[in-house]
Formats: sequence, C-alpha cells, structure tokens
Amino acid sequence: MSERPIDSDAEITVRDLTMAYGSFVLMRDLDFSVRRGSIFIIMGGSGSGKSTLLRHMIGLKEPAKGEIFYGEENFTRADPENRDRLVRRLGVLFQSGALFSSLTLAENIGLPLGEYTDLSPADIREIASLKLALVGLRGFEDFYPSEISGGMQKRAGLARALALDPDVLFFDEPSAGLDPISSRRLDELILELRDNLGATVAVVTHELASIFTIADDCVFLDPETRTMIATGNPRELRDQSEDPRVRAFLRRGDDGAEAR
Amino acid sequence: MGTECEVSLDRSPEGALQVRLSGAWGLNEGLPAIEPVRKEFASEPPPSQVDFDVANLSRWDSNVLTFLVQVDELCTERGVTMNRGSLPDGLRRLVELATAVPETKDAREKTEHPSLLARIGTATQNTSEGGVAMVEFLGEMTASAARMLTGRARFRIVDLMAFIQDCGAQALPIVTLISFLVGLILAFVGAVQLEQFGAQIYVANLVGIAMAREMGAMMAAIIMAGRTGAAFAAQLGTMRVNQEIDALQVMGLPPMDFLVLPRAIALCLMMPLLTLYADIVGIIGGGVVAAAMLDLTPTVYWDQTVYGVTLNDFFSGLIKSSVFGALIAFSGCLRGMQSGNSASAVGDAATSAVVTGIVMIIVADAIFTVIFNIIGF
Repeated sequence: MSERPIDSDAEITVRDLTMAYGSFVLMRDLDFSVRRGSIFIIMGGSGSGKSTLLRHMIGLKEPAKGEIFYGEENFTRADPENRDRLVRRLGVLFQSGALFSSLTLAENIGLPLGEYTDLSPADIREIASLKLALVGLRGFEDFYPSEISGGMQKRAGLARALALDPDVLFFDEPSAGLDPISSRRLDELILELRDNLGATVAVVTHELASIFTIADDCVFLDPETRTMIATGNPRELRDQSEDPRVRAFLRRGDDGAEAR
Repeated sequence: MGTECEVSLDRSPEGALQVRLSGAWGLNEGLPAIEPVRKEFASEPPPSQVDFDVANLSRWDSNVLTFLVQVDELCTERGVTMNRGSLPDGLRRLVELATAVPETKDAREKTEHPSLLARIGTATQNTSEGGVAMVEFLGEMTASAARMLTGRARFRIVDLMAFIQDCGAQALPIVTLISFLVGLILAFVGAVQLEQFGAQIYVANLVGIAMAREMGAMMAAIIMAGRTGAAFAAQLGTMRVNQEIDALQVMGLPPMDFLVLPRAIALCLMMPLLTLYADIVGIIGGGVVAAAMLDLTPTVYWDQTVYGVTLNDFFSGLIKSSVFGALIAFSGCLRGMQSGNSASAVGDAATSAVVTGIVMIIVADAIFTVIFNIIGF
C-alpha cells in the first residue's frame, strides 16, 4: 500500500490507517489526503473517533497500522529528531484551549517562542501581544487563563497555536461551548488565517453551519462500519452523496423523508 | 384531597382486563402495584386485551408512567394488545416514547459482575501492568535526568525556583511543628524510663540519635509525601485533564523534562535541608522536656548531645532523606501522569500518590537500616 506515490499537492496524507485502543479497533482503512492550503473537516457522529484521528495526526497516538505523511515525509516512521521538527510545523487548538494555567497568556504564547527561537524576552512579548491581537485579545497579556471566559481561553489557545507560524493548524471541536456569534467569529478567523497565512487547516467538528461555511473538503467517519464512508466537498456530498447516512448527517437527519 | 389513589382491576365478559386508575398520583404515593396485574396475566385464560379507565385520575406523575410501561412490557411478552387509546394524551405519548426503542441487550451485560476467578486474574494483570508502568516511568525519569546532566533537558528555571520555594521555605512551619513535637515525645518516653535508674542525662543521646538517624528524615518525608507528593499528583493530573500535557507534547517539549524534572530536582535538593532542620528542631524539643522534667540545664543537654551524636548519625539521615525526596517526587509525578481524564481520577491520583509515597519511604527506610547495620555506618 505504502508504495503508492504521495500526491504532491497534499500537505497531509493518511495511508491505510487503523486506530485501536489495545485490541479494540476504533477505525480501520482510513485513507485520504489534505490539500495544501485547504480547510479540511473531519466529521462523524459522536464516538466515531474524530478526535482520536486528530490525535494520531499530531503524533499523540501511534497508529495500530498505516502511516501519516507530512508533505512527502513519513511522520509515523520518522526518527525523534525529524519528528520534533515536523511537530514544530503544527499548531493545535485543543478542545478546552489547554492553556498552561500557571502562566499568563503572554507567557503561554511566549513559551514555544522562547524554546525554539533566539528572540530576546522583549521581542517575544511583542510577538505574543501581536498574536493575541490577531485573535481579538489585545490587552489581555497579563491575565491568567482562569481569569478569562471559556471563549476567550479558546481564542488564546489559538493565539498560542499560531505562535510559531505553523504550516498546518488543527482544531479540535472549535465551536464546542461557544455561543453562535463567537462560533461564527471563530469560523471567520479560521478563513482569514488560511487566506492570509497560507496555512492548511484540519478541523474536527460536527457543527453543520461551520462545516458549510469553511470547508473545502471533508472525511466522514462512520462508527457502525468503523471506517470512513465518504470524502469530498461537504456541499456536494449533501446534494449528491449516494450514501443515505452521509446525506442524513449533512441535512440534520432530514434525509429519510426525502429519500423515501 | 378527593378520591384515594387506587388501582382496581376488572375482567369484562369478553375477557379484556380493565385497569382503573383513580386519584391524584404524585411521587409520594409510590408506584401503583404491578403484582395484581401480573397475577391476572398468569391466570387462565389470560386477558385478551388491556383497557384503561382513567376517568377518576386527576393527577399523574412518573409513577403512573412507570406502571404503564411495566404493563406494556407484560403485554408485549404475552402478545396481548394494550389499548393505549384509552389513556390521556400526555401519558399515551410518554408511554410511546419510552417503548419506542427496544432495550439494548448488550448494555446491561456490560455491567454484569465477572466471576471471582476472572476478578483475581484481572487484578493480577493490572498489578503486573502497574509494575511495568512504574519501571518505565523510572526509566524515563532517569533518561530525563541524564539529559539534564548533559544540558539538553528543557525546563524553565522559574518553575524550578517556584518548586524549590514550595518544597523548601513554605514547608518549614509544618516541619517545625511536627519535628518539635516528635522530639518532645521521644524525650518524654525516654525520660520516664531513664529516670528509673538515674540515667536522665542520656535522654540527650536518645533524642539526638533518634532524630538524626531516623525520625528527622522520616517525619520530613512523610510530611512532604502528604503535602507535596499529593500536590504534584493533583497538578499533573489536572494538567492531563485540561490537555496541557498533550499541548506540551505537540510543542515538542517532553513533559518528562518540562514538568517532572524540576519537581524531582526541587524535592531532592530540599529534602536533606528540611531533614537537617527537622533534626535540630527535634533536638530542641527534647531539650525543652529535659529542662522542664529532668532539671537538666540547656548547656548540659547540649554538651551531652554533642558528645553522644556523631556526624555519621546525621549523614545516615541525610543520605536517606535525599532518596526519600526522589521517591516522593517519583510517586507523585507517576500517579499524576497516569491520572485519568476526570475530576475523580485526579482525586484518586493524589490519594494514590500519598499511599505509594509513604509505602516506598518505609520500605526504603527498612532497607537502609539493614544496610547501614551491616556496613556499620
């Protein structure tokens, strides 16, 4: 399987991936690629392993079988040094924001900068302020994560994910726990970031509104067959998919009435 | 209140079972009895269908609904029609809702209790897995320490300083109190015995040697296991729940270097200092008893202590305390990093860190005592 050439347009290629917890196979035969500069959605019902797939893609879990490529480099089989280098190209916004609670927002964003660049502390603080300004949190540099709201924590988490100007951005359920307006603003922010920073974006979500607003491509995970059952543009899938499960999902379950 | 809450059953001439519900049913009235209905179903011939009469039912609640769902189950079992049309609208819809999805059979099996043998097997497996995980963690910690010695470990000096302050200066009040009291107790116990044959002066040796060799290190270690070991486990466990540890990993910062190492270094550095401090405070505590009960002047007590306690006694306590520090950091960080993803898991991690820590301290102390005894240290 792995002899197939990697598509040169692809930023991420997932090959023949099987995800398992011990002997329990969660998903098998996942095979898709994410085009460079596109916004890619990982969707599926609850418990289908969307977040687990994301954890595989960022190297927090090892595949039971199969490989993940970044560009043409094999991420799964990379030695620790190369892996470190590849990981540094990724920015991840975790579901809860995952800010370090003992650090202020500016310190949170400055942490990777301090570790991986030779910038002076003053410069690091300037860059941290800039990243906070990008997500609409100008002036919150010296707040601790516990002092701001959940939505703001999420945006601060995004600012930290952006710290090292990543080539690939991952979002785990970005709109979970956000009100509709904040959620929409986050969608717009994702689009802006993609357009202006040229980043590739992978998003785990099941928010239909945001899927149709931002997605270029998607993969649909089905918990019953334990594999992916569709890939492509979500709008096209909604209108043209052969699979009633995919249509039903993308139409909030309205499919039944229409198909029969 | 009007009519009493009642269920009565009738058979119509055609063999239909008429269930009459009357009264104002609230949760306090309890469930309508299902047994009579069950008896009707068991009798020959069974009812051909079930009708309801709710003309006098003024109020109903989950209890009536539960009763109806039970009746519905009986009906389905026996293939008897339940005439839901005779129920009030709301009740009928709720019954339909409750019976719409058939029971998932696997869901109950999951909670079934495994046999005794299976449980013993699982426990054994878990224990051995736990042992393997411990050794793995020890290995990673060692590798991380080696990285530190070659200057390649990444952690923030600010963090290290904060932990040193927390395990050092901020632990002083509690260490003072406990070791002063321990010195006091030792002197009391010793004084009563030694006074019997006029050897009061040796209370200084007793307290001095006991504090320096055993109690100073032991008390400091147990305090730190409860105070700092538990805190480490809770901090790391919370960071796990909050995905902060994942975030570190994705940033390419190994949690071992970044989180565990500064905690372990801080404890290993501070424990000998705390122990030395505890030794001295304990000896002072003994001196207070000596002065108050045995009429020994502080100078005499001090001279006897200097004469009776050797530097070796102090060193054996200090060597132990450094190892105890490493064990406390090990158990606290191990349990914290192993913590599950829920609030209760963090609590379990903290508890388990203290238990593991104290067990390891006592076992290590026993081993040290035997070794020191053999080599005559």
